[in-house]
Amino acid sequence: MLDNTADAQKTPLVKVDNLKMYFPIYKGVFRRQVGEVKAVDDISFEIFEGETLGLVGESGCGKSSAGRAVLRLYDITDGSIVVNGHDISTSHGDNLRKLRPEMQMIFQDPQASLNPRMSVAAIIAEPLDEHQSLTKKARMERVFELMDAVGLSRDFAKRFPHEFSGGQRQRIGIARALALNPKFIVCDEPIAALDVSIQAQVVNLLEDLQDKLGLTYLFISHDLSMVRHLATRVAVMYLGKIVELAPRDLLYSDPQHPYTQALLSAVPEADPTVESSRTRIILEGDVPSPTNPPSGCNFSTRCPKVMDICKIDTPEFKQLKDGRHVACHLMK
Amino acid sequence: MTDVTSDIRPARSQWADVWDQFKTHRGAVMGMGFFVFVCLLVAIGPYLWTLDPNFIDIRAKNQSPSMLHPLGTDQLGRDTFSQVLAGGRVSLLVGVVAMALSLLLGTFIGVLAGYFKRLDGALMRLTDLFLALPLLPLLLVMIMLFRDTLRAAFGPETGIFLLIVFAIGITSWMNTARIVRGDVLALKEQEFVLAAQSIGTPPYRMIMRHIIPNVMSPIMVSATLGIANAIITESALSFLGLGFPSDFPTWGRLLFDSTNFMTLNPERVIWPGLAISLTVLSVNYMGDGLRDALDPRIRGR
Repeated sequence: MLDNTADAQKTPLVKVDNLKMYFPIYKGVFRRQVGEVKAVDDISFEIFEGETLGLVGESGCGKSSAGRAVLRLYDITDGSIVVNGHDISTSHGDNLRKLRPEMQMIFQDPQASLNPRMSVAAIIAEPLDEHQSLTKKARMERVFELMDAVGLSRDFAKRFPHEFSGGQRQRIGIARALALNPKFIVCDEPIAALDVSIQAQVVNLLEDLQDKLGLTYLFISHDLSMVRHLATRVAVMYLGKIVELAPRDLLYSDPQHPYTQALLSAVPEADPTVESSRTRIILEGDVPSPTNPPSGCNFSTRCPKVMDICKIDTPEFKQLKDGRHVACHLMK
Repeated sequence: MTDVTSDIRPARSQWADVWDQFKTHRGAVMGMGFFVFVCLLVAIGPYLWTLDPNFIDIRAKNQSPSMLHPLGTDQLGRDTFSQVLAGGRVSLLVGVVAMALSLLLGTFIGVLAGYFKRLDGALMRLTDLFLALPLLPLLLVMIMLFRDTLRAAFGPETGIFLLIVFAIGITSWMNTARIVRGDVLALKEQEFVLAAQSIGTPPYRMIMRHIIPNVMSPIMVSATLGIANAIITESALSFLGLGFPSDFPTWGRLLFDSTNFMTLNPERVIWPGLAISLTVLSVNYMGDGLRDALDPRIRGR
């Protein structure tokens, strides 16, 4: 986006337009629909081949729902998703299943994302069993290859998930995601449940794999410094909407949206002198409920720079001169 | 990682691990020992103890245990030991087959209701309906209606056996279904199911690979309780005169036949009662150990 001439030659691997994911709420004896949770409310973004798009935001802002909706783990309410030239927003059953190998997911909780009754080899081989018909030997070879790639000893193939540490479990999850040579991987907070020391290992592994295999990541996280380390571009979400989408350096050095500014001001600095002079923007109040978002701009209830128009009009998600996208009435 | 083959320890089969874990559960091993003993006894016993359970020796009626009749005789002089052996065959077979049937039905309905949201309402109302039915009258009606046709088709013994197994199976699956449904609902929200979904695992294999193995524990518990339940229900039916024919001994039948003579020779009630209780107990212990052994998280602890 920053460099328009370079981007014009690249086509986006993933293109999401006006994606909406509403979860209905049923209540009462007759299970009537009384409302909906607007987990993802009209977001659009593109991810280019080989890049990492960071998706950040606070808990409950719809990051994970967005990631899952992009992979069509949910039936989306509205919008279109194009992955590698295939429109998957309305595919179902077998059609969707055939497209699955191109896109995979790494999950947040490595404990919960592995079936406790299956051995490591069986877990990693599951995608192979579903999409390829390999001989027993070739299948095992591929499993060993994947275990090598993520740095697991081949010895572990017959063991069960509970015998591993969190970091090792996450490696198993990564090996499973890699099994079908996907192009696009959604990493749903892959490091949130790990120790800091293990986080670095897993992140380095993800980077290595990206270099080697040319993967494209959608990296969902609430760890702003980790996203800064990994991502090429960063999208900031608040209450189901993307408020700012910008190249990494631009976003971190010069955030435009008041919410991004507040979010970044909360990141602690390692340098004590810088840390002591850091000014935090403290937001008032709580995040409004996604079942009943405020009229106008979603952030208008807490924005320090709120204007009258913010409470009436929803700001457009528009491109600025420097290539970034911001949804705010302050931007002209 | 230089030499591939030397790197890998010899693969142990999963069943060897299961057996190792099972062996550490003392109650389960004893339970299995006893259950195997009882099975062998009722299977082979009648060939060794060749007294006909239906041979009436009226002069030897109501005897206490002796060398000739180790467990005594009943009011018609039939040998109690050979009756217990013959009765055990039927009771155990009814217990195991009826349990298997109700388990299959319960698991099937529970998994379908839990996994497919669309079927949930209908199947659970069906379960409630069956739970609300008064079972004994229903069993009586079923047996009244179908006894004669089945007898005509399969002969008196096989016909009644099929009918009883079917009747018990179809009226005792509801608890299993409810437990399984609850567990499936919880499992469905686990991330590994989502992961399988993102891989593109179709529902059938999702259920067989991810759901069923993880609901094994409640199923095992239901199974062990089910055997006990089936043996006891069969006894109740026999007591009401609607089970097997009266000259066809089962543990339940023996028990109820002897209640009239409880004051005269109390041991006649004790033998079949003891057989039922001990078998049920041993099956419960076995199920307990098996459940632990099948769970890789407990295995090796």
